[in-house]
Amino acid sequence: MKIDETKEKNLQKQLRREALKKNWRLFSQSKLGMIGLGIVTVFLVLALLQPFLFFTGIWSEGIYHPVVGYDQIIESKLVVECPKEYPTPEYETFADCPGKGEVQKKMLYLAQGVEVGDYYDVYLQPAPPSRKHILGTDSLGRDVFSQIMEGSQVAFVLGLLSATLGVGISTLLGTIAAFFGGRIDAYLMRQSDLVLMLPTLPLLFIISAFAELKIWHLAVVLGILGGLGGSVITIKSQALQVKVKPFVDSARITGGSPRKIMFSHVLPNVAPLALLFMVFSVTGAIASESVLSFLGLLNIDMSWGLMIYLSQTDGFIFSGLEYWWLILPAGLSVTFLAGGFYLVGRGLDDVFNPRLRKR
Amino acid sequence: MNENVIEVKNLVKNFDVSRGFFSRNKAVVKAVDGISFNIPKGESLGLVGQSGCGKTTTARALCLLDPKTSGDVNFYNPDSDEMQNLDDLNDEQIKQFRRNTQMIFQDPYESLNPRWTIKDIILEPLNIHNIGSLENRTEAVVEILRTVGLTPPENYLPRYPHELSGGQRQRVSIARSLVMNPKFVICDEPTSMLDVSIRISIMDLMLELANDLDVSYLYITHDLAVARYMCNRIAVMFNGKIVEIAKTEDLLNNPIHPYTKRLISSIPVPDPKYTREKYDIDFTELDQIIANNTENLAMVDVGDEHFVATHDVKDLLI
Amino acid sequence: MSKNILEVDNLNMHYETLEGNVMAVNNVTFSVKEGESFGLVGESGCGKSSVASTLLQLQSDNAVISSGSIKLDGKEIVGLTENELRQVRWNDISIVFQGAMNAWNPVVKIGEQIREAIREHYPEKSKKENTEKISELFKIVGLEDSIMDRYPHELSGGMKQRAVIALALSCDPKIVIADEPTTALDVVIQDQILNEIKKVQKLLGLSLIYISHDIAVIAEMTDNMAVMYAGSIVELGPTEQIFSSPKHAYTKLLLESTPSIVGEKKKLRSLDGEPPSLINKLSGCSFAPRCPDKETTCNPELDMELVEVSAGHYVDNCCSRGA
Repeated sequence: MKIDETKEKNLQKQLRREALKKNWRLFSQSKLGMIGLGIVTVFLVLALLQPFLFFTGIWSEGIYHPVVGYDQIIESKLVVECPKEYPTPEYETFADCPGKGEVQKKMLYLAQGVEVGDYYDVYLQPAPPSRKHILGTDSLGRDVFSQIMEGSQVAFVLGLLSATLGVGISTLLGTIAAFFGGRIDAYLMRQSDLVLMLPTLPLLFIISAFAELKIWHLAVVLGILGGLGGSVITIKSQALQVKVKPFVDSARITGGSPRKIMFSHVLPNVAPLALLFMVFSVTGAIASESVLSFLGLLNIDMSWGLMIYLSQTDGFIFSGLEYWWLILPAGLSVTFLAGGFYLVGRGLDDVFNPRLRKR
Repeated sequence: MNENVIEVKNLVKNFDVSRGFFSRNKAVVKAVDGISFNIPKGESLGLVGQSGCGKTTTARALCLLDPKTSGDVNFYNPDSDEMQNLDDLNDEQIKQFRRNTQMIFQDPYESLNPRWTIKDIILEPLNIHNIGSLENRTEAVVEILRTVGLTPPENYLPRYPHELSGGQRQRVSIARSLVMNPKFVICDEPTSMLDVSIRISIMDLMLELANDLDVSYLYITHDLAVARYMCNRIAVMFNGKIVEIAKTEDLLNNPIHPYTKRLISSIPVPDPKYTREKYDIDFTELDQIIANNTENLAMVDVGDEHFVATHDVKDLLI
Repeated sequence: MSKNILEVDNLNMHYETLEGNVMAVNNVTFSVKEGESFGLVGESGCGKSSVASTLLQLQSDNAVISSGSIKLDGKEIVGLTENELRQVRWNDISIVFQGAMNAWNPVVKIGEQIREAIREHYPEKSKKENTEKISELFKIVGLEDSIMDRYPHELSGGMKQRAVIALALSCDPKIVIADEPTTALDVVIQDQILNEIKKVQKLLGLSLIYISHDIAVIAEMTDNMAVMYAGSIVELGPTEQIFSSPKHAYTKLLLESTPSIVGEKKKLRSLDGEPPSLINKLSGCSFAPRCPDKETTCNPELDMELVEVSAGHYVDNCCSRGA
């Protein structure tokens, strides 16, 4: 007798929807998870906003492009000559000269015929935040807000690429180690130990000394290093637990081949844990990129780490908070996005680990 | 004309337990220490014993999950209509063996893959053995769902195990085991984790299916009352050996081995006015049988297919 | 006329969860006399373990007793503060848990763990007094003194369970709750433990509440019993009476669904489906959806309420009408 196939399909759709709603409800119970999700969403919007603004013409690329944009910001400043001895009637200490709105004559060595007491148009780079540039411009006249958005794109691409690669590798290796045991297991565990021992950042320094690392290269390297490391051990232990469950025995009794059992029975049950790892490893990837860029070791056009690198090489990093828009937005972005992913991971933990649920 | 679906002779399963990391001495645990039994076609044998007696190990050895250490296992191959020895099988024949020998597990919560739908779970055996066309397979799944009482089938096909109750899950396990029409099914305490009020419905289903599909069960349980309900014959296992094997009513009414007597006398009876028959641990009857055992057999026939073991178990019974 | 050691009157308890209130215990009323053995039988989810934990006020944080009273030897214990409850627990009422064998701390010796329990309630007693007390208890449950110096993993399942019973008796309670104490044990050991419990009860004049899903054990161990379903008591009365003339459809089903090794092999009955969800439970008979004995006099809309059908024998009024 045939069955009503449409009824079956409809039920299937309905069940999927209900399961999704239930998982969402579980996730939304976790305050940390929701905060994390909020943060990640904000940055995602930023990442997508930039091409949108360019595409619709709201922003002109000439001015707002994060790498090649340029905006002239001019301020008329009074030309002064700073005295050699202090205090004087106008200035208390030597740090007060030149003051705001003032510029020293000797700094204008390229200008002709400018005398003390004149007003001179100075190009302000880096320019503080204004209506035109929400976060100001950097020393090359590029809009900082646009750079943040560009950095966001970089962070997402890098994070997700390296995380996916890493998790893919570690899940495969962990499951193979658990399933086949013996020499394969021993080899994989020793390999994992070795990779665990390697300090990631110094290794990255060495690699970047030999090869010019672009963002894609970095993603692959981070992915491989992450994939071969400690997560293999954790996934293997999870796979071992799954391997002894009765439904795996049942598959063996039915006549399934070891390979088929590994892929269709064990792997899907290990996947939730792997997904969790993935989210956490994005955090590491973003942080690693920032450090490398900050040290000038990466060959990329723009990223948050690079922004801080540039502000350091230009000497603004130690001028306290006077040029805060060159340092704080980039630094905070790294912290927040990396932290945001971590919090999402914590929230997902609640969904995947029912024993941790409070009710 | 073969009447048995499986013949087991002197099945032994030992486990090596290393004493320590550096020790060369390996202790051996004799989980199954030489057991023998036959199951005629269409009949069911109950394997009764307490935890640790070796009954689950026996089941796993017969399914080829944990290979046996030694012993002869002959099973009936319906395609060639003859008995084949397990050791003689090549890979292809082992796959054939698996079509005919299935197992139903105890835990309804862990014996179904939580990430698979019911449809996929029951389809899997058919897919592995390439039985019929794709359409036929789905039809077979629908049919078996109806047979085990999960109707309408379309309500169950797209569901995941966690959406079903314990009893429903066990029905799915039964469906999956029987979809290829095996001749021999090993049942490892399939109702002990279910609610008391629904156990009978599952057991009745299994009895009905045994009748309709001509399946023999090896029914493993610690509960003699359940074995009585389900099986024609019962074998009592203790410490890796079978101590007594007989037809069900015969075993319960005329137990000979002291361990069997002790087991029977320990079981509470659901009747407040009933006082249990207290069997003393009395070895005289057994000693008599052992004395008369001129051929020094491990199991002695005391008549009407009732066998008693002659191993020395005095020290083990406290 | 022996007095009531325990009186439970219209006890209502629910758990607050994200999905709503799980009405775990509904209008439960029963009493246990001095020296009496009382059985509570039902399947998973019927509320019997909730009753046990409520009697000891040991429930989880989200459990709320909405109404009802529990009187222990005349003293009301609902509403007591935690400090006051600590006086009551183990001193007046104690419990042998399900899976209690695993309740031992694996790194502390058995004797020390029992001493700890005694110290909680009698801090003034000396170690020597406590050790003597434990020795006495061990004699009662059939353990040797040397067990006191052993670690839990050195004992067998049966020995651990006997030690748990000793622990439950360590502060001389008046009533002990045994929540499925032998479920994980072999039938031979179960028999020994059950005999032990009976012996102890007679010797010390204890009252016992025996909780189980196994009606055979209840038949052998109890004088009076109650059958629970979906959080309510559906039948209550002397054990012999209930077994010889059960009135409630669920009770009848339980009795007829248990295979036995004695007597004629008869056709047994079974239920379909599963117990109802206890979330925001509505009024009416909770068993009605699965009831196989629906007669014309049944009215499933009637709120559940125990009605006396003969001396000491109560049934939920939906089923009492056919009686």
